[in-house]
Amino acid sequence: MIADFFEYEFLQNTLYTGLLIGLIGPLLGTFIVVRRLSLIADALSHVTLAGIAFGLFLEKKYMVTFITPFYAGMGFSVIGSVFVERLRRVYKAYQELAIPIILSGGVGLSVVFISLADGFNTDLYSYLFGSVSAVSRNDFFSILVIAIIVITVLLLFYKELFMLSFDEEHAVVSGIHAKRIHFLFIVLTALVIAASIRIVGVLLVSALMTLPVAASIRIAKGFKQSILFSVIFGEISVIIGLVAGYYFEIPPGGTIVLTSVLILIITILYKRLKLTRLKRKAIA
Amino acid sequence: MSNPIVEMKDVSYTYENKHALDHINFTIQKQAFIGLVGPNGGGKTTLIKLLLGINKLQSGSIHLFGEPIHKFKQWNKIGFVSQKANAFNRGFPATVQEVVSMGLTPKVGYLKFFTKAHKQKIEEAVEQVGMSEYLHENIGDLSGGQQQRVFIARALVSNPALLILDEPTVGVDAENVKKFYDLLHHLNEKQQITLLLVTHDIGTMTHHATDIVCLNKALHFHGNPTEFTRLSEHDLSHFYGHPLNVVTHNH
Repeated sequence: MIADFFEYEFLQNTLYTGLLIGLIGPLLGTFIVVRRLSLIADALSHVTLAGIAFGLFLEKKYMVTFITPFYAGMGFSVIGSVFVERLRRVYKAYQELAIPIILSGGVGLSVVFISLADGFNTDLYSYLFGSVSAVSRNDFFSILVIAIIVITVLLLFYKELFMLSFDEEHAVVSGIHAKRIHFLFIVLTALVIAASIRIVGVLLVSALMTLPVAASIRIAKGFKQSILFSVIFGEISVIIGLVAGYYFEIPPGGTIVLTSVLILIITILYKRLKLTRLKRKAIA
Repeated sequence: MSNPIVEMKDVSYTYENKHALDHINFTIQKQAFIGLVGPNGGGKTTLIKLLLGINKLQSGSIHLFGEPIHKFKQWNKIGFVSQKANAFNRGFPATVQEVVSMGLTPKVGYLKFFTKAHKQKIEEAVEQVGMSEYLHENIGDLSGGQQQRVFIARALVSNPALLILDEPTVGVDAENVKKFYDLLHHLNEKQQITLLLVTHDIGTMTHHATDIVCLNKALHFHGNPTEFTRLSEHDLSHFYGHPLNVVTHNH
């Protein structure tokens, strides 16, 4: 069963791409969660869906092949991230308003493009829930480039992003260019979402960026360890989820997310057990 | 007398139609321990924001370490512990070491990494505030007083000559407030760090500060604590804009 992933090229593409998104999703997700921006990932994934629908519409109605649904999704996601930032500045006292505005705008656009393309088709279904067979060699190379960009930028701006995440006011007082760094961060988020959609799907992409982090921050000491644990949990979820998805012939988005949920439950129980033991020791 | 660290001349500041500061003149000498007191809305935070360059100067002049504020670049000489520092997200997974490292981020600069020397400095700053044994603990697991020490270490790590603290003892219990002032004395006397502490606790400040500055839009008093305690209740009530009775204590 696992051997198939090394034998067939389409499964190799899926596995390698899965390992990449298992790395960059939770890596960026750690910053997203501690900055309490988890729902932004959801909003951007719905904008990405609009882009994908636009790409499918162009492909179906006008035979346009140079703008693939993948690239159209990525473009919409990045544009959506710029709008999120603009809206957060317009509604300073209600910054969370940007999320429902962008999310509903994304869904609205998706519905329009899906209708114009004469309805739902199998391709769109795989974009919604992920697929083990949808990743081409070209997709893999595009996602590899995205992963290299994301990792490089995060390494270079790690200390500034960490400072902004912990205490934005202090970062600004210390002379950090908060707006520019935040903009860079939100564009990276858009890229990671676009990259992850082939495997986990639009509806579940934010789960890959948040669930491993939710599990990790229960047991980690410090921020770097949180990132490390998140990536390990992300990779475990992707590998188990892909193999299970292939074996049971179901979209891997579901199996990846369910594995993440299982890891989360285990860490919560582990932490509870540890606390109970500590309390007992203290009483004794 | 040597050149003052801070020199404000005829500084006024207005928020839209609201007057916040009115022709303020005041200086801070090296190694002073200034207690900045005054009622809410009296302009204390505005004055600090001006000193930190967060608010742009509207009128008058400010010199920091002898340089006009618009030309001043050595911001690492000024450490700041904000009133909101201990209002951080307590679930944030950051160790004491990671929190203190943030104090060096602007100094290290963009696209550069922390070196071994920086890590050494971080450990020294943590040791200065007596928190070495908690270096690898998550900050959210510490008590309010311990967290406040960590934020002071974050401000100290870049070797500031002036440390500004905005109501740092809010939410800290009495025992830890005493330890906190002991630490400030140590920094002021042994390490010759100049301190500007914004507080509502006038009684405590009269025991610890070398100078008291009373601000209510205008500067009503600047002198030593003995002179301050000699002021009549009538004077103080006039400064504060409401009746005031000072009870002195040392913690």
